[in-house]
Amino acid sequence: MIMPLLKGLGITLSHLFKKPVTLQYPDEMPEVAPRFRGLHALNISHDKAKCVACYLCPTVCPAKCIKVEAGEDENHNKYAAEYEIDMLRCIFCGYCVEACPVDAVRMTQTFELANYKRADFVFTKDRLLEKK
Amino acid sequence: MASTEIMTVNMGPQHPSTHGVLRLVVELDGEIVQKVTPHIGYLHRGVEKLSEHRTYHQTIPLTDRLDYLAPLSNNLGYVLAVEKLLGIEVPERAQTIRVILAELTRLKSHLVWIATHALDIGAMTVFLYAFREREKVMDLYEKISGARMTSSYFRVGGLSREVYDGFEKDVREIVDTFPGHFDTYEGLLTKNTIWLQRTIGNGVISAEDAIDYGITGPALRGSGVDWDLRRDNPYSGYEKYKFQVPVGQNCDTFDRYKVRMTEMREAVKIIKQALDSLKPGPILADAPQVCYPPKENVYNTIEGLIHHFKIASEGFPVPEGEVYQSVEAPKGELGYYIVSDGGTRPYRMRIRPPSFVNLGAIEKMAKGAMIADLVAIIGTLDIVLGEIDR
Repeated sequence: MIMPLLKGLGITLSHLFKKPVTLQYPDEMPEVAPRFRGLHALNISHDKAKCVACYLCPTVCPAKCIKVEAGEDENHNKYAAEYEIDMLRCIFCGYCVEACPVDAVRMTQTFELANYKRADFVFTKDRLLEKK
Repeated sequence: MASTEIMTVNMGPQHPSTHGVLRLVVELDGEIVQKVTPHIGYLHRGVEKLSEHRTYHQTIPLTDRLDYLAPLSNNLGYVLAVEKLLGIEVPERAQTIRVILAELTRLKSHLVWIATHALDIGAMTVFLYAFREREKVMDLYEKISGARMTSSYFRVGGLSREVYDGFEKDVREIVDTFPGHFDTYEGLLTKNTIWLQRTIGNGVISAEDAIDYGITGPALRGSGVDWDLRRDNPYSGYEKYKFQVPVGQNCDTFDRYKVRMTEMREAVKIIKQALDSLKPGPILADAPQVCYPPKENVYNTIEGLIHHFKIASEGFPVPEGEVYQSVEAPKGELGYYIVSDGGTRPYRMRIRPPSFVNLGAIEKMAKGAMIADLVAIIGTLDIVLGEIDR
């Protein structure tokens, strides 16, 4: 009757001499996988956002969190005058990236999205471009 | 003689051992449970109704959020149902990767079960060890799909993307090290007197009753019914793998514990066989009306771009009809019943969650038990409220 308990104690004691697995977050940061679906970023090409405002990402978005407004630039090219993602509604499924036909949107390894105000969770085009 | 009075006690919805927001109204005679009434619905999000307003493609992330401890099993059941309705043949490589991931999901789900079940009964060490191992599977999830829990990795017709370089190495590492970890848990529990006293003879439900209540999965097999959909109604190429279906005899919590522990070892065997048979090849079915074209075509050719736009903006129509497809999820038979009116959205989707049906038997199992054993019964049923309330 006492033997199985001692055996169990042996298992627990053996762990005393093993390296701890706890990650001391936030002093130590976790290694985030390259495919991680974190905060969005808009890709840049020739100093401009690549987005052509085709509206595919708001169409496929299951959470309906993307707002795009098309505009016309000086060369009569369509571009995204407005591009907003509401991170409170976003479910980080990555469908926008999958749907983008011009590789304009990607998802970064940023996972710390806490903030103080509701308005701070609406990521406008400028904020999404900042990520480089 | 002292007069006794039945006392009604409310357990939950915020109770650490109800594994979510489950509320049980318990009628007690002293310490003996007379009646248990589960009250559910605190986590209801209306997934079935939401799916009627989403395309078939957009419904996949919703299924992640049913049994959030086993997201890929939910994805699998759903995509198989839609594929059956469409009559699509999925390439072998995609099928094999699906099996590997579904079995890893089983490990992941069972690790949470052993962890919380043991914690409820008082063995905290197992909880910490099992969560340590679960992290390995979560890391693999993150590497392959980009999310630790809400994976959305499977697509109708195959997989969302090819596996990363080093996937096979990572899976091999898991299958090589996990049996040793199972020995650790068993070393801590299987012969432990406290564990035995808390589990043997607890939550007994006979095979006949289990079938009558519609219990499926390990809870059914613990009652001695030899029924496993992977073997008896194979899907996604399960017929190719050799594995044992563990069955209990005494219909109690301890037998269900043994069944799940053996099941984890069998899952490791299936993953090994699947890895050995994994060959290069396409990961998406040859169904251009359903699957996205490769990105190179979208970026470089006008045909590819038009094709991509059509699928992304409209979704894909599914022929009129109805289908039921079930898979052996870690918790039991997870079924999807989909009715299509020929459009790009499900006309009706009904989900048969295993936990919901299994929970129905709690009254039968808990009657006459001690109040302290009720937490062991909840643990042995292995319920997840995300899928009960949907």
